[in-house]
Amino acid sequence: MNSIEVINLTKRFGKFTAVDNVSFNVGKGEVFGFLGANGSGKSTTIRMLCGIIVPTSGEASVNGFNILHEPEKVKANIGYMSQKFSLYGDLSVEENINFFGGIYGLSQSRLTDRKNWVLQMSGLTERRKTLSAQLSVGFKQRLALGCAVLHEPAIVFLDEPTGGVDPISRRNFWKLINELSASGTTVFVTTHNLDEAEFCNRIILLDYGKIVATGSPKELKSEFIKNGMLFLESDDVYTAYELLEKHRLVHNASIFGNALHVSLSDAASLEDNAAEAIRAFLESNGIKVAGIRSIVPSLEDVFLETIEKPASDD
Amino acid sequence: MISRILSISKKEMREIIRDKRSLMIIFALPVFLLIMFGYAVTLDIDEIKLGVLDDDNSLLSRDFISTLNSSEYFTITQVIERESDINSLLDRGNIQCAVVIPIGFEKQVERKQKAPVQFLIDGMDASTASIIQSYVIAASQSFSQNVTKDFVSSRTGMKMIEPINIEPQFWYNKSLDTTQFFIPGLLALMLIVISVILVSISIVREKELGTIEQIRVSPVSSFELIAGKIVPYLIVSLIIAALMIFMGYLFFGVVVKGSYIHLFLGTACYLLATLSMGIFISTISDSQQVAFQISQVVSQLPTLILSGFIFPIESMPVSIQILSYITPARYYIVILRDILIKGTPFETFSMQLIYLLIFATAFILISIIRIKRSEAI
Repeated sequence: MNSIEVINLTKRFGKFTAVDNVSFNVGKGEVFGFLGANGSGKSTTIRMLCGIIVPTSGEASVNGFNILHEPEKVKANIGYMSQKFSLYGDLSVEENINFFGGIYGLSQSRLTDRKNWVLQMSGLTERRKTLSAQLSVGFKQRLALGCAVLHEPAIVFLDEPTGGVDPISRRNFWKLINELSASGTTVFVTTHNLDEAEFCNRIILLDYGKIVATGSPKELKSEFIKNGMLFLESDDVYTAYELLEKHRLVHNASIFGNALHVSLSDAASLEDNAAEAIRAFLESNGIKVAGIRSIVPSLEDVFLETIEKPASDD
Repeated sequence: MISRILSISKKEMREIIRDKRSLMIIFALPVFLLIMFGYAVTLDIDEIKLGVLDDDNSLLSRDFISTLNSSEYFTITQVIERESDINSLLDRGNIQCAVVIPIGFEKQVERKQKAPVQFLIDGMDASTASIIQSYVIAASQSFSQNVTKDFVSSRTGMKMIEPINIEPQFWYNKSLDTTQFFIPGLLALMLIVISVILVSISIVREKELGTIEQIRVSPVSSFELIAGKIVPYLIVSLIIAALMIFMGYLFFGVVVKGSYIHLFLGTACYLLATLSMGIFISTISDSQQVAFQISQVVSQLPTLILSGFIFPIESMPVSIQILSYITPARYYIVILRDILIKGTPFETFSMQLIYLLIFATAFILISIIRIKRSEAI
């Protein structure tokens, strides 16, 4: 049984289509990444799956329960954590945990067990009496995750959980996510941080409410950047970029600081040395190439490859 | 269900108690306002400042003046020499009323002619002026009655008997003390303002912080959320009500004539109505500021104008009277006057309780629909 099944889910707000005919499945225990730029429909999808908003059309089931007909059962079986780390700042760590235990109907003994677990995993055992407003962002994030999975839901939805968190806290947080997944919890995570998406078992790329790519990070890379990728350093990347966009060996180019990531076209795979050909082409146009080498594409490259060009700079 | 409601209430109560500054304001403000209003809002007029210009300077005129002076309503603050001074004395507020007794006052009375006496009243404040006028008329009439009586008995040697002896006695508020009459209105006003603002802001704050979303993805239903929010604010508001009633006793001697259980019941029903109004406001506002402003307008104005607190409902035009039916304070003021001042039995105000409960139910239902349908919270 799939943890989440989504069929032709659509949500419109007036004339604006936030989520456009989206279908996908998420297996049990998977870490499932939902990627997209701001406003691409990630949060709207999560909110529909959590039963907060009603879809315009389409269907979905979460842990076997229909989101339209059994929202109460859906809610009892999921955990949710938003980018705002929705804790009560004027309550202590322990009081926050007690509150969420209360609204999820945990028995006293189970609450004690789970509270200890949350305190331990978030590293807040010593600071259980501290007001949660006084915690650093990293601790807040872990406490929020703890509260979201306090009732041991089958599925946990994390909506941009790592916003505003430093890299070390982020790494620790992903360790927690992997532990959850290993214990059988399905983790559905949205992010626009593409480094993070590498940690996911499977990802969906969303753009303007539509799915543009789906698969494991590895699959996506080989699917969208079939012919390899070049890293090209130049002192005039903008001119180089404009020239290369139309070159027959180039499928797509994007600017990264003072360098270009150039994905090669099918024609380039037949070429013996595409890199040298490109260098020669640029230098014949008067642009100095400081270096050019082959690199392993990142998900960011895949993302830039897939999304529609005019939208890329928001 | 009960345990989820209690979890929310407990959490809310913790937050209320933790916020010491707001807590101070919540309790101190109503008491302060009660005392302020209680002393300021009074329609009783005593010690009217009276100026006297006695041109006649006769036995009878002095008698008339001393009659005025001996009544508790007038104090002579000024003896006026010239008629031209009256204007400036009234202008400067040295006197509120001037009595002018012309030359020949006593003679005219003796000749059984009508003796004119002039009263000049400061008419700036119309209601005060009309009260002074009625006092003046009453005092003059009783004086002339006495003169007639003396005249008749001295002539005939018979004692004149007044055909009708009027002895007005006011029930319930025996001394016609307007403070007594206003305390219920003040209580209704303070309670509605505080309860509506507190509950609407507490929900909208959670909207702003995003914590409400965390509740909405949980198995907590809209009703449980609303109930969980109402309970703690009901308790807080009841404590405020008790405090205000106690202060009313301490400062203005307002005693509860009726049953305390009825008082509790009536206040609880009123607060249910006002709190559900606050809940509804929170479903239509997105920021604490908006919620605060709507709450203030919706709670203060109708309570001041339409509830019968200051202006009697019976004297309003019918269209406005209809509007007053949707003001919960209208019912509560009746209940309070019944219980506090009259001490009447339960049946006299049971209908008002039912109105309040209908009011509360309606607002809670609309709020539930709004939360469910429009993703309003």
